[in-house]
Amino acid sequence: MSDAARTRAAWIAAAGLALALFPLVGGKFGVDLVTKMMVFSIFALSLELLVGQVGLVCFGQAAFFGIAAYAVVRLTPESGPASIWWLAPAAVALAGLYALFMGSLSIRTRGVYFIMVTLAFSQMAYYVAHDTPLGGGTDGIYLSLAPTMNLAGLELVDLSRALPFYYFALFVLAAVFVFLAALLRSRFGHALAGIRVNEQRMRAAGFSTYPYKLAAFVISGMVAGIAGFLFAVKDGFVNPELMSWNASGTVLMMIILGGMGSLHGAVIGAFAFSLLQELFKSQAIFGDFARHWHLGVGATIILAVALLPRGLAGLELRRPKSGERR
Amino acid sequence: MDIATFLVQCLNALQYGLLLFLVASGLTLIFGIMGVINLAHGSFYMIGAYLAYALAPSLGAHAGWGFFATLAAGLAIAVILGYALEWAFFGFLYERDHLQQVLMTYGLILVFEELRSILAGDDVHGVKAPDWLAGSVPLGELMSYPMYRLFMSAVCIAIALGMYLVISRTRLGMMIRAGASNREMVQSLGIDVKFLYRIMFAAGVALAVLAGMLAAPVSSVYPGMGNQVLIICFVVVVIGGIGSVRGALAAALLVGIVDTFGKVLFPQAAGVLVYVLMALVLLWKPDGLFKAT
Repeated sequence: MSDAARTRAAWIAAAGLALALFPLVGGKFGVDLVTKMMVFSIFALSLELLVGQVGLVCFGQAAFFGIAAYAVVRLTPESGPASIWWLAPAAVALAGLYALFMGSLSIRTRGVYFIMVTLAFSQMAYYVAHDTPLGGGTDGIYLSLAPTMNLAGLELVDLSRALPFYYFALFVLAAVFVFLAALLRSRFGHALAGIRVNEQRMRAAGFSTYPYKLAAFVISGMVAGIAGFLFAVKDGFVNPELMSWNASGTVLMMIILGGMGSLHGAVIGAFAFSLLQELFKSQAIFGDFARHWHLGVGATIILAVALLPRGLAGLELRRPKSGERR
Repeated sequence: MDIATFLVQCLNALQYGLLLFLVASGLTLIFGIMGVINLAHGSFYMIGAYLAYALAPSLGAHAGWGFFATLAAGLAIAVILGYALEWAFFGFLYERDHLQQVLMTYGLILVFEELRSILAGDDVHGVKAPDWLAGSVPLGELMSYPMYRLFMSAVCIAIALGMYLVISRTRLGMMIRAGASNREMVQSLGIDVKFLYRIMFAAGVALAVLAGMLAAPVSSVYPGMGNQVLIICFVVVVIGGIGSVRGALAAALLVGIVDTFGKVLFPQAAGVLVYVLMALVLLWKPDGLFKAT
């Protein structure tokens, strides 16, 4: 492990510890906000795998998030709460299935066309939720009861309460982070990096790149599905806007803002973007003008592009490293 | 569907397609020549519609020439706005990668939408068509078709023809076509690309603003109208082939037909059909119908 990698690992561990201790000082509002940020971090990590690691700019990531969220609401029976042991896998598998369908078709195109095709497929999912009885229309639908998490008759975590859910979300975030980090260190991850840097050469070296890209796409869709599952359980409410192109755009903003090419960049981006939104939404600071919080967010994004071309994670290392990211 | 309904729907499809073409042509040129993904292009359409609404009580109130004065004033504002935006925000985006362009123009959307909310509020507004275009043309025995929509289509066709002439017959058009196929070569031949870009961008903004002003009496003026058009126009640009004006026209008409008839024949699936069309076209031709090479 190099020095830089060791410092980074230390920082990540410190951040995890800070998150674990945060509820002691955070208060009700803080816990709720950070839970939301952690859910969005998982969402951003899913996209980082595709955009930052494989170089596939997917503009339809919200579809997987939304499909899993809708699955939670739709699969929960009227009579009582569902068990997380089958509900979560089912929701994530549905997101993965749609990713398999969308990926197998869209990976044939490249560049800007890929961006637009993924957008188109997510819009298809959006309109299914928006226009058909399956989705419940514009108003969205409520989740009757949060799923239970029991093991051998004992309740492990009460997901309907804020604090247990906070630690559950933190655990899932950490698990996803470690999983993706391990994935990127594996042979599979190195093949993905090779595809990002030079797909032609990878093919010349004997790799059939299509299955690799498709596998990354499906994994990414399933991770987004995990985030969608958490979101639906946390809020107990889904509406078509979860799948809108705005949602896909927002999560893309998060990873660009955080700086691409690193997993922790995605998490930083998700936190920074959510904080930015909360800051400009704050009545205490901006008074009545807080109604127009989009203006502040927009202006900050423009400034960030102008001044921070490598994103927030690029702040830590000013000197350019050779051989990394083109 | 009887013949008169069919005819009305055809005219609607034509009118919608041509309107999309006005927005999409600017988008495809900015995309193809400058290599900038401009998410804020839909905002220019919205700005156009709100300009039509804002100018209606003053300039637009004159019975005869008011309508044209509004259009002229709107276009003048659009050109200035486009020129200034290119100078301030887009100039340094050319060397950045696509993602940074997406981020910056997304920021611009947010700013434009909020400025709209501050200046004009969040209500839905209507804009009246000029009196001399308020009537309808009878179609068959039972149906009639609003004159304003026919006028819109005529204006769009005139602009499409004008664009065709400029692009295929003039020196400027030659530079544009050359720029679309090989930017570096044009630059090395001594053409002031910076200036060309600025003109192109201003023209693209003007087309989108014009489309918004023309559409205001038909579609009404509402928040978020820009983003709705933007996504559809991206579909048009991608189906037509990035950088190809001809492709944008063909794709816009195709999208107009699919969307209009989709709403009549399959109301449940209408929203999806356009995207299905795009997916099918891209599976068949991954670079769009008329790829500008």
